[in-house]
Amino acid sequence: MDYSNNALLTIGTFLPLVGVLIMMFIPGSEERTHKQIAIVTSGLTLAVGIYTLIQFDYGNSATLQFAVNEEWISVIKSNYIVGLDGISLPLYVLSMAVTFLVAIYTWNNVPDAGNPKAFLMLMLVLQVGMAGSFVAQDLILFFVFFELVLLPMYFMIGVWGGEDRQYASLKFFLYTMFGSALMLVAFLALFFQTGAESFSFEHLMSAGALIDHDVQVWIFAGMFVGFAVKVPMFPFHTWLPDAHTQAPTQGSVILAAILLKLGTYGFVRIALPMLPMGAHEWAPVIGILAVIGIIYGALGCLAQTDMKRLIAFSSVAHMGFVMLGISTLTTFGINAALFGMVAHGLITGMLFFVAGSVKHRYHTLEIKRLSGMLIQMPKMGWILGFAAMASLGLPGLAGFWGEFPAILSAYNPGFGLNPTLFRTLMVVAALGTVLAAGYLLWLYQRTAFGEPNPEFVSHGEPAHSLSAAGNEDHHDEIHDVSVVEWIAWTPFLLAIVVFGVYPQLMFKVLDPAVVQLVERVGNGIP
Amino acid sequence: MFATEALTSGWFLENAWLIPLIPTVAFFVILGFGKRMPQGGSEVGIASMMASLVLAAGATYQWIQRVQSVEGGSEGALGAIRGFAGSALPSAAETGHSAAYVEPVIRHWTWWQSGGIEFTLGQHIDGLAIMVLLVVTFISLLVQVYSTEYVKGDRRYTHFFAALTLFSAGMLIMVLAESMVQFILGWEIMGLTSFLLIGHWWEDGANSRAALKAFFTVRVGDMGLLVGTAIIYFGASQWAQARGSNGFSIQAISGWALSEGADSKVLMWGAVALFIACIGKSGQFPLHTWLPDAMAGPTPVSSLLHSSTMVVAGVYLVARLYPVFFVGLDILDTGVNLVAVIGGITIIIAAALAFVQNDIKKVLAYSTVSQLGYMMMGLGVGAWTPAVFHIFTHAFFKCCLFLAAGSISHSGSHHSFDMKKDMGGLRKFMPITFATWMVSTFALCGVPFFSGFFSKDEIIDNANHNGYTVFFYVGLIGAAMTAAYMTRATYLTFFGQPRGAAAGEHHDAHDPAHAHGEEHALDEIEEHEHVAEPVLVGAAVAATQGDDGHGHGGGHDDHGHGDDGHDAHAGPHESPWRITVPLMILGTLAVFSGYLNAPAVGTEYFTEWVEPAGVVVGAEHDESGAATHTDTEEPEAFASGVFGRATPLLAAEDGEATHSGGEGCGFEGPTEGVCYAPALSHAEFKWINTVPSILLVAFGALTSLWLCLGIFGDRKNPFKGLTQRNRLAGAGHRFLVNKYYLDDLYEKVIVHSVAHPIAKAAYWVNQNIIDGVVNGAGRSTKRTGEWVYRNIDQRVVDGAVNASGLVASETGHALQPVQSGKVNQYGALLFGAAAVGAIVLVLLNV
Amino acid sequence: MYAVNFLLLSAALFCIGVFGVIARRNAVMVLMSIELILNSVNLNLVAFALMNNDVDGHIFALFVIAVAAAEVGVGLAMVLMIYRNRRSIALDELSEMKG
Repeated sequence: MDYSNNALLTIGTFLPLVGVLIMMFIPGSEERTHKQIAIVTSGLTLAVGIYTLIQFDYGNSATLQFAVNEEWISVIKSNYIVGLDGISLPLYVLSMAVTFLVAIYTWNNVPDAGNPKAFLMLMLVLQVGMAGSFVAQDLILFFVFFELVLLPMYFMIGVWGGEDRQYASLKFFLYTMFGSALMLVAFLALFFQTGAESFSFEHLMSAGALIDHDVQVWIFAGMFVGFAVKVPMFPFHTWLPDAHTQAPTQGSVILAAILLKLGTYGFVRIALPMLPMGAHEWAPVIGILAVIGIIYGALGCLAQTDMKRLIAFSSVAHMGFVMLGISTLTTFGINAALFGMVAHGLITGMLFFVAGSVKHRYHTLEIKRLSGMLIQMPKMGWILGFAAMASLGLPGLAGFWGEFPAILSAYNPGFGLNPTLFRTLMVVAALGTVLAAGYLLWLYQRTAFGEPNPEFVSHGEPAHSLSAAGNEDHHDEIHDVSVVEWIAWTPFLLAIVVFGVYPQLMFKVLDPAVVQLVERVGNGIP
Repeated sequence: MFATEALTSGWFLENAWLIPLIPTVAFFVILGFGKRMPQGGSEVGIASMMASLVLAAGATYQWIQRVQSVEGGSEGALGAIRGFAGSALPSAAETGHSAAYVEPVIRHWTWWQSGGIEFTLGQHIDGLAIMVLLVVTFISLLVQVYSTEYVKGDRRYTHFFAALTLFSAGMLIMVLAESMVQFILGWEIMGLTSFLLIGHWWEDGANSRAALKAFFTVRVGDMGLLVGTAIIYFGASQWAQARGSNGFSIQAISGWALSEGADSKVLMWGAVALFIACIGKSGQFPLHTWLPDAMAGPTPVSSLLHSSTMVVAGVYLVARLYPVFFVGLDILDTGVNLVAVIGGITIIIAAALAFVQNDIKKVLAYSTVSQLGYMMMGLGVGAWTPAVFHIFTHAFFKCCLFLAAGSISHSGSHHSFDMKKDMGGLRKFMPITFATWMVSTFALCGVPFFSGFFSKDEIIDNANHNGYTVFFYVGLIGAAMTAAYMTRATYLTFFGQPRGAAAGEHHDAHDPAHAHGEEHALDEIEEHEHVAEPVLVGAAVAATQGDDGHGHGGGHDDHGHGDDGHDAHAGPHESPWRITVPLMILGTLAVFSGYLNAPAVGTEYFTEWVEPAGVVVGAEHDESGAATHTDTEEPEAFASGVFGRATPLLAAEDGEATHSGGEGCGFEGPTEGVCYAPALSHAEFKWINTVPSILLVAFGALTSLWLCLGIFGDRKNPFKGLTQRNRLAGAGHRFLVNKYYLDDLYEKVIVHSVAHPIAKAAYWVNQNIIDGVVNGAGRSTKRTGEWVYRNIDQRVVDGAVNASGLVASETGHALQPVQSGKVNQYGALLFGAAAVGAIVLVLLNV
Repeated sequence: MYAVNFLLLSAALFCIGVFGVIARRNAVMVLMSIELILNSVNLNLVAFALMNNDVDGHIFALFVIAVAAAEVGVGLAMVLMIYRNRRSIALDELSEMKG
C-alpha cells in the first residue's frame, strides 16, 4: 500500500478539538462566543472535508487515499493508520456537514438545560469520534474512535434530554457498551487468530479470510452483536426509541444521521471482508432479522402516539432495508445499503429537525393534539411533507435509491445464498414499503392537514380566518420556519433532491470500492 | 437491426423525451415564481401543455410516416380499404395488421449504474406510446384551460396548477418510459400528485382521508410493481445483456418474454406481481374502493385522473408489457386468466354500484371503474388493439362527462354534486353542457356511430372471437348496465323538474364563504347550506349549521366567487367559455374519435399505426411470407382450453380465421430472431355481431328511462304538496323536505328495479366486506402493532434487558452487609480469603 | 544458615501484623501493622534471594520498601485528616464506606 502520509485526514478529523481547546478557556457565560466558535470550527472542518472531496481521486476510489501509517502503540502492534476510499468518503463528509448544520441550528435552539458551552464542546468531540471512525484503518484505532462517540452522546442525552433522560441515556450507554465488549473480544480473537501480527485492516483482510470456517463464524457472531446494537437491528433495537425520544433535537439528528451508520459501516468495512465465510453463514440470519426489523419497525410506528417516537421507530425499519442490502452480499445490494445509509441520514435527520422545531413551538409532540400545521406554519408543513415523501421512498428523492435497489438485490443474492429465502424476504420487504407509506402519510394527514387544534390558537378567533390582520400577533410562539432553521435545513433538502435526481453522484464513488470489497468476500468463500 | 434503412424518423420522434420534460420544468417554474405571475402560474402550465401537445402531434405525424415507410406508401393507404372490402375473405382481415414490425424509436441515457446494473432514462416511442402521449397532452391542456375558470380565486390556485402540471408530467414520463425504472418513476410521481390533488382542500378531514386512502391503496399495488420489476429484471437480464440491453428495458423484456428460453414460472410470477400493481392503480376489483373516494378532489382533477392519466396507467402497463402477461398468464391458451377475470368482475361490480349513487361524480367514477374493467378484460382475452383503442375513445368521452359534471356544479347546481337534491331539468339552462353530456353518454353507452361503440363493441366481439364466451356475455351485460345507469343519471340531472340548487333555491344564501362546498356533497345527505348568511336565514339556523362538521367554509374565504359576477344570476345558467369550449371540443371528439378504427366504415388506423406486429424480427428469411402463413399448432392449443371457451369449430363456422400466423410469435419462442409482440388475430367486423349489444344497450336505456319516468310521475303530487309546506316552513327548510322526498324516490327505484337489489348488495359488500377488510386490515395491523409493542417489545425484549440489570442489582443488595465500612473487617476478610487461597494452593500442590 | 529460621521469623511477623490489622482500633497501629506485614514479606524475599543467589529478590524488596513508604505517607495523611475532622482515630467508629 502506498502511504502518502498526507496530513489532510488527520487535520480533518482532529480540527474540532482545536475549537474545544479554545472554548475551554472562555467562561461559559459568553454563550454567543461559544456558538460562534463552534460554528466556525465545524465550518472549517467541513471546509477541510470539501477540500478532501476535491482532492479525492475519483478514478481510483477503490484504493485508500490520503493514507497515513505511523507507529502508535507498537507494544500491541497497533498503528495509526488512516485512509479514505469510496466507501468511507460520503459518510466522512456527511458527518462533517451534519455537525456543521447542527451547530448552526443550535444558534437559537439551545436545549432547555442551557449551558451551550458544554453542549457544543461535546458536539465537537462527537464529531472527532465520528470522522475518526470513518477514516480509521486499524482495528484498535477504529475501536477507540467508535467508543469515543459514546460518551458525548451519553451526556447529551443525559443532561439535555427530555423527562426520562436518565433512563434513556443509561440504557443507550449500557446497551452499546455491551455490544462493544463482545465486539472487542471478537477483534482480539481475530487479531490472535491471524497470528497476532497487526491490527491494520489491510493485513486482517488478507489474513482473516484464511481462518477456519467455524472460528470465523464465532468471531463474526461477536462483531455481529456489537454492530447490530449500533445499527440497531431487530432484537437489539430497544435503546433507540428511548434514546431518540429523550435526546435533544441536535442529539437525535446526529444519532440518526451518523451514529447509526457506524454499525452498518462496521459490517461493510470490517465484518464482511475480514470474515467472508462468517459473513456467508450469517447472511441469512442478518437478512431475516433485517426484514423482521422492517415490518416490526413499521408496526411499532403505527402504534405510536408521539411524533418523535414514530420517527425513531421508522429508523428501525429503514435500517432494515440497509441491512437487507448488505446481507445479499452482492455489489448491488451493498451499494444500495451504503446509499441508503446516507439517504436515511439526510431524511431522518430532517424529520428529527422538524420534530424538534414542532416541539419547540407547541411544547408537545402528541400526534392527537397536533393538526392543521399547514395552516399555522405552511412552510414547516410542506417541509414535513417533503421529508415524509422522501422517507417513504418516492422515486426522484434520495430514499428510493436505498430501498428499491435493496429489494431488487434480494432477488438474486450472491455466493450461493438461498434464493428462495431471499425472494421471500424481498416480498416481505416490499410490504414494508407499503406500511411505510401508511404510517408516514397517516402521521402527515393527522398533523399537517385539517384545522389547527384550538388549544394552540389564540382565543376568540376562528383558526382559519386569515383575513383578520391582527391575528398574527396573538400566537407569536407559533411562527413559521425561522431564518436559522432555513440555513440549517436547506442543505439537507437540497441533498435529498440532488441525490434523488442524480444518484450516480454517489454511486460512482461507491461502486469501485464495493466491487473490490465483494471480490474480497468472494475470494474468501470456497 | 431490421430494415432500419427503410424507416423514416424525424426530429419530433427523436426528441420525444422533451414532451414530459417541458411540464416537469414548468412545475418548478410555477412552484418558484407562480405566485408573482399575473395569472398565478396557470399560464405557465397551459403553455407547457400546449408545447407538449405540439411536440406530441409532430411525433404522431412522423410516426405515421414511419409506419407507412415500412409498409410502402401506397400499401398503407390501401390498408383501410382492403380491411373493409376484404370482409368476404377470411385471411384478408389479417393483412391489415400482419404488416412488418416497426422498430420503435428508442433512445436512452444512463441515469446511474452500480454493481453492473444500469438504470437508464430515455424514450421508447411506438404506436402505443404515441397514442397515449397525444391523448394525455391534449386532455391535460383542455383540463387546465377549464381549471382556470373552475378553481378561480382558490386559495391554493398556484399550487393547484403546479400539481396538475406535475401530474401530467408524471404520466408522460411513464408513457415514454424506456426502462421499468423510468416507468416506476412516472408511476410514483402520479401517485404523489394524486395525493396532493385529491387532498387539495385538505382543511376538511374527509378530503385528506380520501387522499390518504387513494395513495395508500395504490401503494399496496406498488408493492407488486417493485417485486414484479425485480422478478422480470433478473429473468430478462441474461437474455437482454446478450443483446446489448438490460433487464429493465421494456423492449428487451418484451423480446425476452416471447423468446424460447424464457422461464415460464418466472414470467408467471412477474406477471402476477405486476398485475397487482395494475389492480391498485387502475381501480380493478378488489382495490377499486379508492376511486370513488378520490372524487373529493376538485372536478378537473377527477376528469384528468379518470380519463387519460392515473387510472389508465395500470391498463397501460399491461398493454406495454403485453408479452409478459400474454405468456406469463397464458392469455389465449387457457380458458380463463387473471387479467380477464379481474376485468370481467370489475365491469359488473362497478356498473352495479353506479346505480345507487346520488352523487353525479360517483356515478361517473364507478362508470370509469367499469370501463377500465372493459379495457382489462379486452387485454385479458387477447383483444389488444380494441382495448387500447378503448383507452383512446374513453379518454375523450369520460373527460367530457366529468367536465360537464363540473360545469353543472359550477354554474347549475351551486357547487353540489347531488343529482337528487340539486339537479334536474338543467337541459333548459345549460344547453351546451347538456349537448356535450348527451353525446358523451351515447359514446359511453356504446350507441352506434358514437366513438365508444367502435371500441367497446370490438372488445366484446373479440372476446367471442377468441373463444371467451363467458366474457362475451359479461361484456354484453355490462353494456346494458352502462346504458341503464347513465340513463338514470342523465334523467336525474337534465330532465324532470329542477330541484334544490338547480331550481335556484338558495341564491339568497350564496355568500363568498360558501365557495367550494362540493366536498361535502360527497359523503352525506345532510344540511346543504351550512354557511348560510345569518341575516337571511336567521341566527338560529346559522348556529345549528355552524357545527355540522364542515367548518371549512371560511377556509376558502378568499376563493372569491363573489366577484365572478355569475352569482348575480337568479338560477342555473350556462358556464363561461373557458368551461364550455373544452366541453365542445371533447364532445366533438366523443363522436368522431371512434372513426379512427371503425371497421364498420373501413378504417383500421389503430391496427395499422398502434398495434405492434407479432412477427419475428431479425430472422434470416423475409417476413413477407408470414402474412398468409397459418400456424397449424395453434388451433390444437386452443382446443385444450376447457372453461368458457368456444371450440375452434365454432370459430370456423363464423368463417373467421382463428389465428393470424405471424411466425410463431406466441408461446413458442422463435428459433431465430426476436419477437416483440405476440401475434394476435382480430375478429372480423360484422354488423350482425353488434346486434346483441345494440339491443341490450337499447333495452337497458329504455328500462331505466321507463322506471325513472314512472317513479317521477307517481311522485309529482307529493312534490307539489311539499313545496307548499316549504313555503310555510321557509326557504331554509325546503331543502330538508326535498331530501326526504328524494330518499323516498330512491327507495322506490331500488324496490322497483330488478338490478337494484343486486346493486345494493354489491354496494353493501363493497362498503362492509371489501372496504371493511381494508379498514379492518388497517385497524388490526395497528392493533397488532400496539400489541407487539406493548407485550413483546416493552415486556419481552425490553424486559430481558431490564431483568439483567435487576439481577445485578439484587445480587448487589444481597452482598451489601459485607460492606460494613469497617477497615478491620475488610482486613479480616482479605486475610481470610488469602488464607483460604493459600490452603487451596497447598492442597492442590500436595 | 537455615532458611527455616528466616521463614519462621517472617511468619511470626506476618501473624503479628495480621493480628494488628484485624484487632487494633487505633488507625496508626493498623498502619504500623501493615508495615510489619510488608516487612515480613521483605524478609522472605531477601532470604530466598540469598539462597538462590538471585538479585531479583533484593530489587523487589527495595521496590516494596519504596511503595511501603509511599503508602505510609498517604495513610498517615488520611489518618491526620480523619483526626482533624472527627477528633478520633478509632477505626470502629468509621463506617462511612458502608455499602
